Amino acid sequence: MAVVPKKRIYEGTRIPSPIPTILEIDPSKHDLNDILRINFGPNHPSTHGVLRLVVDLDGETVAGIYAVIGYLHTGFEKNMEGKTWWKNVTYAPRVDYLSFQANELVYVLAVEKLLELEVPRRATWTRMALTELNRIHSHLIWLGTSALELGAISLLWYTFDDRDLVLDLFEMIGGTRMHTRYFQVGGLAEDVPPAFTAEARKFLDFFPGSIDEYEAILDRNAIWLERTKGIGLLSAEDALALGQSGPVLRASGVDWDLRKRTPYLFYDEVEFDVPVYENGDVYDRYKVHMDEMRESLRIVRQCLDMIDATDGEPWVADDRKVVLPPRHELHTSMESLIHHFKIVTEGYVVPEGEVYAVIESPRGENACYVVSDGGARPWRVKFRAPSFASLQATATVAQGGLVADLIAVAASLDPVMGDADR
Amino acid sequence: MSAAYASVPGVVETHESYGETTLDVDPARLLETCTVLRDEHGFNFLSDVSPVDYLGWGDAGVAGYIGTAGGRNLNDPSSQGLARSPEPKPKRFAVAYHLLRVSDDPARLRLRTWLDDGEPVASVVSIWPAADWFEREAYDMMGIVFEGHPNLVRILMPDDWEGHPLRKDYPIGGEPVRFSDAE
Repeated sequence: MAVVPKKRIYEGTRIPSPIPTILEIDPSKHDLNDILRINFGPNHPSTHGVLRLVVDLDGETVAGIYAVIGYLHTGFEKNMEGKTWWKNVTYAPRVDYLSFQANELVYVLAVEKLLELEVPRRATWTRMALTELNRIHSHLIWLGTSALELGAISLLWYTFDDRDLVLDLFEMIGGTRMHTRYFQVGGLAEDVPPAFTAEARKFLDFFPGSIDEYEAILDRNAIWLERTKGIGLLSAEDALALGQSGPVLRASGVDWDLRKRTPYLFYDEVEFDVPVYENGDVYDRYKVHMDEMRESLRIVRQCLDMIDATDGEPWVADDRKVVLPPRHELHTSMESLIHHFKIVTEGYVVPEGEVYAVIESPRGENACYVVSDGGARPWRVKFRAPSFASLQATATVAQGGLVADLIAVAASLDPVMGDADR
Repeated sequence: MSAAYASVPGVVETHESYGETTLDVDPARLLETCTVLRDEHGFNFLSDVSPVDYLGWGDAGVAGYIGTAGGRNLNDPSSQGLARSPEPKPKRFAVAYHLLRVSDDPARLRLRTWLDDGEPVASVVSIWPAADWFEREAYDMMGIVFEGHPNLVRILMPDDWEGHPLRKDYPIGGEPVRFSDAE
């Protein structure tokens, strides 16, 4: 397997046994009388939402740890079983509120797979551009909060400034800054506004300078380097065994990106590189995030060219049983009015079957498993949440570390609790 | 595609649909099947464990898929919007294991086992450690018991929660409203 690296981060495995997600105190290394059990969270600003960590400390060293999740469980999957396919598009982005566009995409792709619906290329290019912009948005928040965890508060303001520019683009195209519900089964909800590509290019020209600035702030900061390099190690074998994906896996030296390996949308038609680092520490996870933002800019630029080139082409599939008719037709066409009414009230039906749609979200392998009984509502929707899987590695990456690094290490796994708890 | 898995032990049935391969596996031989798939077929990554509750599946007819101008299904009489029943399922629960081969030759595979209510299935934590939380979630949400799981406790719901919310017979809106007039 060429995807697995040559460099060995550590020998053997560090996954705790018999329970992979709970690090128990080793009595041969620690005096049990010295152990202090501390509760982190769930309500602490630096726990990225509502993550609770129960930590056994021997002095400053983490001797035992386990993560408790579920504080943000809102029952999305149950809710979606009761709503029509059409309405559920609104639910999907709210699962992972930082990579909303990716979740919307994976749900829509799953339904389109069941319907065997062709999506016009203009819609696909726009979807790619938006999901990549969303990746930048998600990585910016990751970067800002990760630096905040180590005390660098100024970076948070800078990244949130730039994040606003991305959200401005979402507002321009979808009307809302987050959870746009701009993708729909068959294509897009509306055509791309005429000025969008020009505005997006302004951002593309401006943003590389910002990334350089962030790197200048962090890469020459002795504190940042000291507190990220060699911390929170995760070997490639352990990462794969624990179901890690996305930047965490690539920072451990595994050359694995679904956009390259199993291309969806038009990722096989754009040029981009997959950043891979091989030390498996917090610093390399940071480097992967930084490089991925640059690569995303490259992809967005190519997508914008194609959005311009397909100007005037359809942006939604011509299937009136699934896609809402254009608004203006409702005043003149009885047929359109009926279709509109049927889709909005009953929803459309999706053929019986089950599919598993997978994309590379900012956090990695994001999948949607959908079962249909042939009716207007999904029988079952299951999201494969990358944050849920990534938190399983907490006990492996945090062992033997210092309590001061604990939050930085947990944050480097990039969990979003809405995604983990659903 | 599916011919490649002909020699895998414990496979009862093979399905191909939407470009995805599904192997229906005998629950009693699940561990054997998974070990062979990991070691001989290179499925080193467990992507997800997805349980589905089929209680009430097909009890009420559903509208069939209506064809379009594009020609899909238009001439199939069973798909003209008439009520029809979906294909029956062998047992109440299905647990789908979504596997991925992280290598230069990527592949995906779905393993599926069918279970009755209360029927246990072997835990695959020993094969893919990533199954730990996925199986806990399946237990929490669907009440599926994984035998040999080292720590099978609730994960998303509180520890003292009763019932399994994603089951089809679990009532929706069961939470009483506090300080309302009814109290």
